[in-house]
Amino acid sequence: MNRRTMFGLFAAAILLGGVSGANAEEPPIKIGMSMAQTGGLAAGGKASLLGIEIWRDDINARGGLLGRKVELVVYDDKSSAAETPAIYAKLLDVDKVDLLFAPYATVPTAPIMPLVKQRGLLLMGNFSFQVNSKVGHDMWFNIAPWGPADSWATAFLGLGQKAGGKTVALLAADQEFAQNLAKTARDVANRSGMPIVFDQAYPPSTVEFSSIIRALSAAKPDIVYVASYPPDSAAILRAVNEIGVGDNVKIFGGAMVGLQFAGVMENLGSLMNGVVNFNTWLPEPSMYFDGTKKFFETYSKRAVEAKVDPLGYYLAPFGYAMGQLVEQAVNATKSLDQKTLAKYLREHTHNTIIGPVTFGPDGEWKETATLEAQFRGVKDKNIDQFRSAGKQVILFPDRLKTGDLVFPFEDARQ
Amino acid sequence: MFSFELLRDAIVLGLLLGCFYAAVSVGLSISFGLLDVPQVAHPAFLVLASYGVYLCNDRFDIDPLLAGLLLTPLFFVLGLVTYRLYYETFERRGSDAAVRGIAFFFGVAFIIEVLIILQFGVDQRSVTAPYIGKAWRFAGMRIPIRQLVAFGVALALTVLLATYLSRTFLGRAIRAVAQDEEGLRLMGANPVRIKQLAFGIATAVVAVAGALMIIVAPVEPTLDRVYIGRTFCVVVMAGLGSITGTLIAALILGVAESIVLTMFGASWAPAISFALLLGVLTVRPQGLLGR
Repeated sequence: MNRRTMFGLFAAAILLGGVSGANAEEPPIKIGMSMAQTGGLAAGGKASLLGIEIWRDDINARGGLLGRKVELVVYDDKSSAAETPAIYAKLLDVDKVDLLFAPYATVPTAPIMPLVKQRGLLLMGNFSFQVNSKVGHDMWFNIAPWGPADSWATAFLGLGQKAGGKTVALLAADQEFAQNLAKTARDVANRSGMPIVFDQAYPPSTVEFSSIIRALSAAKPDIVYVASYPPDSAAILRAVNEIGVGDNVKIFGGAMVGLQFAGVMENLGSLMNGVVNFNTWLPEPSMYFDGTKKFFETYSKRAVEAKVDPLGYYLAPFGYAMGQLVEQAVNATKSLDQKTLAKYLREHTHNTIIGPVTFGPDGEWKETATLEAQFRGVKDKNIDQFRSAGKQVILFPDRLKTGDLVFPFEDARQ
Repeated sequence: MFSFELLRDAIVLGLLLGCFYAAVSVGLSISFGLLDVPQVAHPAFLVLASYGVYLCNDRFDIDPLLAGLLLTPLFFVLGLVTYRLYYETFERRGSDAAVRGIAFFFGVAFIIEVLIILQFGVDQRSVTAPYIGKAWRFAGMRIPIRQLVAFGVALALTVLLATYLSRTFLGRAIRAVAQDEEGLRLMGANPVRIKQLAFGIATAVVAVAGALMIIVAPVEPTLDRVYIGRTFCVVVMAGLGSITGTLIAALILGVAESIVLTMFGASWAPAISFALLLGVLTVRPQGLLGR
């Protein structure tokens, strides 16, 4: 082997080494999102993000996606709709992310829908309600198990009707999410021939609900459907306990955000007894799927360090599942092309730690898996009681049901 | 659907709510009304006090009201330090101190909010006491006992402060500094020192008001944003610096809000405070009992 050949081989080795080095150091797949870290939605946002981070760590431990590590690019949207359009523009144009996850909740998500539709981007929705109903983006997939828009109201009012309820009271926060729910409840009540005897929207700045609850009880409704946000939910239940809603009421609750979070649940304790409320995951026997138990073992440990919701039932497993959906789509299609991924997500059923997920044409779950569960036997100041089955008995949907409604509401509170 | 029973309940609940509004506004009436300090961090101090009370109640099982009282010396010192910082960096340096002072106090409010989030997280916090979550049945009404407690404490606080400011030497000096700082200086008193003491008292009062805040409803770190409009509305409507006016304005606001919530619908409630403010200022530009 002459000197020239040796030099040629040496040069080739360096070149090949360089190429294989580039393979090993391929840039990570960036997933961008904003998440509420401060403001009213922060408790949920932090728990959701931890769920997504646990998925990221799991997938990276398994070698990443398409042989590339997964990196999250996250900004705090301060729970504000005013922040998200600029954040998502930055994620796309400056950070050059490969995939997008939506922010937690409806209000911050709604303003970015026109942007993603205009640019033809896949967007994994994170617990917003009906933000795609008017936009009609065909690359939107909401991880929340809401299903058809009226499923919450149909389930709750249906339970009330079965218990003999004939009249309905609606109390909803004057914000997008709650008003959407109140609207569907009005439609369902009208369709079912149930007169609405009380219908009020309260502003988000309301701090004291005694007067509102007094007016509500004066209307003598049988079914009370409440769509509220975390600070209000606690204040409403306190006022209900003090002022009372009347002996007529068969079922109370429905769509109270906050009663899914450990801090609020611990604070309210026995005040929640009897309330029937929506949820997404509960430690009931019907709710365990492949990987669920392992996820919560990891979450419980990391939640303490991260100072987030120690239970994390409502959002965290869905954050993890959102990652699982992307993982399954990318692995199956061997692609990061947004249209290819969207097509796969639309056409298949995906097995996740929250159960099988199938999307309808609007990007919401084809069939609702939103739980309506009744608080029972809850004691004060004890967070660990919520880790065992029986404290929130699932009444709906039938395939996940673990008990029947206890009514009237005043009896169920005992 | 109108009923006299509903109206009666609305008025009673409104009076209780009004007294609570008076308690959370009375500190601001001194700092902003009497001292002309743009204390926009007042609601953030209230939230900070609420978290202090929460800590005492949760860790040491101390009654929230007692915890509020125990925190008053700490908040008095906090007030002294805050005013001295504000005075040295803004007030002493020029005539546009008030404008720049707003930025200073907004900064203080944000720092408090972030510190609370770092220490306690973003979850709601509440306290336990025998009078929370129960109601007193009276003449067919159910009155929340926590509201009665807030009513009593707020009334006592207002009367005490009004008496202190009108009957004691330091109280009269505080009123004097609000009216004529230069005149007070000519009398041999140090207006800066008096203002600092007054700001300390205003902040000490916040400790008790913060206790009432967490007794009435759970708190979370950003709750100050809900109260900023209401507290300033009460103080301006009362007439700057009038403690009795603060109580009257808060009662009017509470009753009006409660009647609107009960009889006309909750959507109108936020408009009520500012509609009343505009109405009062149109008739009496100096406020209800303003100088």
